[in-house]
Amino acid sequence: MLWRKKSKDKPEALEAVSLPKRSFGKDLKAVFSRTKFDLEDLTTLEDTLLQADFGFDSSAEIIKQLQQRAKAASASSSEELKQILSEILFEGLTRSDVELNLDSEVQPYVILVVGVNGVGKTTTIGKLANYLGLGGAKITLGAADTFRAAAVDQLRTWGERAGAQVIGPKTEGQDPAAVAFESIEQAINDSSDIVLIDTAGRLQNKAGLMDELAKIRRIIEKKLQVNEVLLVLDATTGQNALAQAKAFTEVVNVTGLVLTKMDGSAKGGIVYAIQNELDIPVKLVGFGEGIDDFGFFDAKEFVSGLLGDN
Amino acid sequence: MFGNLSDRLAETFRNLRSKGKLSAADIDSTLREIRRALLEADVALEVVKAFIAAIRERALGDEVSKALNPAQQVVHIVQEELVAILGGKQRPLQFAKNPPTVIMLAGLQGSGKTTLAGKLAKWLKDQGQTPLLVAADLQRPNAVNQLQVVGERAGVTVFAPEPGNGVGNPVSVAKDGLKQAQRKQFSVVIVDTAGRLGIDEELMKQARDISKAVEPDETLFVIDSMIGQDAVNVAKAFSEGVGITGVVLTKLDGDARGGAALSVAQVTGMPIIFASTGEALDAFEPFYPDRMASRILDMGDILTLIEQSQKAFDEKEAAVLAEKIAKDSFTLEDFLDQMNQLKKMGSIKNLLGMMPGANKLKGQLDNFDEREITRTEAIIQSMTPAERKDPKILNGSRRLRIAKGSGMTVTDVNSLVNRFEQAAKMMKTMAKGGNPGLPGMPTMPVSRPQQAKSKKKSKSGNPAKRAAEEAGLTLNKPKDTGSAFGI
Repeated sequence: MLWRKKSKDKPEALEAVSLPKRSFGKDLKAVFSRTKFDLEDLTTLEDTLLQADFGFDSSAEIIKQLQQRAKAASASSSEELKQILSEILFEGLTRSDVELNLDSEVQPYVILVVGVNGVGKTTTIGKLANYLGLGGAKITLGAADTFRAAAVDQLRTWGERAGAQVIGPKTEGQDPAAVAFESIEQAINDSSDIVLIDTAGRLQNKAGLMDELAKIRRIIEKKLQVNEVLLVLDATTGQNALAQAKAFTEVVNVTGLVLTKMDGSAKGGIVYAIQNELDIPVKLVGFGEGIDDFGFFDAKEFVSGLLGDN
Repeated sequence: MFGNLSDRLAETFRNLRSKGKLSAADIDSTLREIRRALLEADVALEVVKAFIAAIRERALGDEVSKALNPAQQVVHIVQEELVAILGGKQRPLQFAKNPPTVIMLAGLQGSGKTTLAGKLAKWLKDQGQTPLLVAADLQRPNAVNQLQVVGERAGVTVFAPEPGNGVGNPVSVAKDGLKQAQRKQFSVVIVDTAGRLGIDEELMKQARDISKAVEPDETLFVIDSMIGQDAVNVAKAFSEGVGITGVVLTKLDGDARGGAALSVAQVTGMPIIFASTGEALDAFEPFYPDRMASRILDMGDILTLIEQSQKAFDEKEAAVLAEKIAKDSFTLEDFLDQMNQLKKMGSIKNLLGMMPGANKLKGQLDNFDEREITRTEAIIQSMTPAERKDPKILNGSRRLRIAKGSGMTVTDVNSLVNRFEQAAKMMKTMAKGGNPGLPGMPTMPVSRPQQAKSKKKSKSGNPAKRAAEEAGLTLNKPKDTGSAFGI
């Protein structure tokens, strides 16, 4: 998705045009390449799914589907089974709504970025700001992480790299909702196209901090709509990611997931369970510390990466 | 923290409850449940397999079949094996014979190294050490800056000759940091390094170079307790790539089931030395494997609780209190005294979290408002001494006056009085040695019956329970009374 100013009569509006996808499949380390595909003994296959963080229930469910479909198609060769598995995973991960939802009438568009500590929220915002900026959009970054030491400076550094203005707290430890509000106001005043709001990392079981997040959203909605709430998940995270997705969705209605640190050895299989249980699409993936190290999620690439087809 | 894992095991063992004798099939079905619980708790598959195999071998042997209560024996075995994997005894930090002691931190991005560096420095400083923080994470934007802020909050010197953000050589910064510490006579050097992936050869080599340059006495591997199956790969990579001597588990205040603790300890063979439990600088404690295993099995962290209560409670006062309870002369004034003593023990939340069966209350605990205590205090302090001694004289107009005086409503006053009366009644029953069947509080495990029923135990145990009562925590009454596992 690339952004381009619309015709001269509506200079404030942006139009989305397709941009060649940034491939991330090559960065994925295959997990199934050395797995035995044998209908009589699917234990090793199930183990592989477990080791990729698909989780107990999802792994069992995938294996069950695989058995049923293989039976129905009288498939038994290793190649056939692999093909069926690839289809199951692909179907489970394919969604029509993976693009960023930036088409409301009101501008600037607001993207709220949330997540637990250390998943890569600020880095994701830096990359996304740069990417959207390349498409011609004017970006404002709101540094509403007023808690972690030097988080605001970290966002400023990314802002400089991405060529986006950063609105930070006026005093140390200012109320994050106030910072979000000021960022929105500033963005409206200088007709920014998109506002990205960075928030402090918070563990989902801290009710006080989750309330604070709900407040940030409410305050933003006094002036503008919130187009996207992106929950950033560390691909290294295990089953707790599901709890994270549930809790954040309850509080701020998450509209998309960002799966970060995909350049490591973790597989991020938990997103399969999240998509199936909570119906939230993965929209973006991050795979490195460089400003270009991210892309839009593509189920096909993800699956073929896992299966080692690239 | 391991709440859900404990819950699962408790559920599993409850099914074994009625059985006097366990068949091989019983054991297998239990092991399947344990396997599932461990996998859902993110314990790495290979660790789960080894664990289950060890349990099976022991569970099918004589020690179970000859045991009076075979199910209890299985629980015992599970606990022993957990302790064994978690590393047996608590391992203290090792200091160099000739200072400075060098501690290097290493781990993945976002595991919490910089925050931990600050906590560790503060903890060392409180113990009379003079730590120097060295900013050798020159990679992540503003990591140096973050360490400076953290150091300032901890009141510790930070050595940061390079601005970071990709500028400077971390190896020479680490080396210079050590020289600086030797020159200025700091007793401990903590080297914060950049987050790196286990599979990033170049950065792993850099970590080795830093390690060679400063020859650390401790290389602590910092790992997020929410990590999934990849814990094994990551732990192996760091163990082999940098050579670690100990592990620090971070973000243990979350609701992750924390299976990583088992995986990492098993795979690296290195002890978990510290646990990091929050964003405040002092949310940091030594890691006790035996206590943690009890916690995983929902037996409560009784040892820590007792230690803390011993610190805060005056023996004599406790004796006087016990007498008062027995004689039924426990007043609201004593109630207030108790509350103040309780405050000395620290956060009520942490306190209650150590109680056996506490994970059932986890949800409520997390949302427990410490200010409730202050409000309760305000109400009691608005009473006359006579009223505090005998709440029975509290009529409508007295209650209205108290409500106005404390800035609360009459309903608040009423509910406090009611709760006090219930608590007093309950304590009296307990003091007499009976099982009060506390409303909303889980009972002590049967394996510690003497403690649960003895007077001494009820003294230290009571205030926490009372606090829960008076703070108006509405706790669900556990379905089963009896042991923590419902056996």
